[in-house]
Amino acid sequence: MATQADPAALPADNAAGGIFPSLTLLAGWLVPGAGHLMLGKWVRALLLAAAILTMFAVGIALGGKLYSPNTGEPLDILGFLGDLGAGLPYLIGRFAGLGQAPVLVATADYGTKFIVVGGMLNIVAAVDAHSLASGRKRA
Amino acid sequence: MTITHFSAVILFAACIAVVFGITQRSEPKMMIRFGAYCFVLLVGATIVASWGMWLIKR
Repeated sequence: MATQADPAALPADNAAGGIFPSLTLLAGWLVPGAGHLMLGKWVRALLLAAAILTMFAVGIALGGKLYSPNTGEPLDILGFLGDLGAGLPYLIGRFAGLGQAPVLVATADYGTKFIVVGGMLNIVAAVDAHSLASGRKRA
Repeated sequence: MTITHFSAVILFAACIAVVFGITQRSEPKMMIRFGAYCFVLLVGATIVASWGMWLIKR
């Protein structure tokens, strides 16, 4: 379990409430692994980026669906929020017209789940970067 | 792209294990242990559920 960091050992610009933790959260959401990269933890950043981008790419390759924000269906809205967690890959995929074909086979449905879970994992990773930057989690 | 169901499970579990290991633990050694634990649990639960469905079908 993550342990509390010693506040006295934190750099001044990383103190809770500063803008740096929020920037790591935003960067980590937009680009998978970028939050950890900003903190100098490049091995963790590479592993996180590889895991999350692999899930997104495999999901698209399997024919998974990228949800739209405006269908009105509650489950579609939840799927959209999960997809949106991937950040820029989702936005690029939407603008490129990926993931718009109807899901007709089981593996394409797996692809849809890969994309949604990848997005949610990216949110977990971005929040972890924020916790490291704010000192809530020991580096 | 085509993928077998088991390959999908392995890939899915591996990616989740990496993220959970890194984000839920602080020490590198504990990250690896927790990641491996998550991987085994995800794949094991899927295999158990698969056999359960096979038994229900019969």
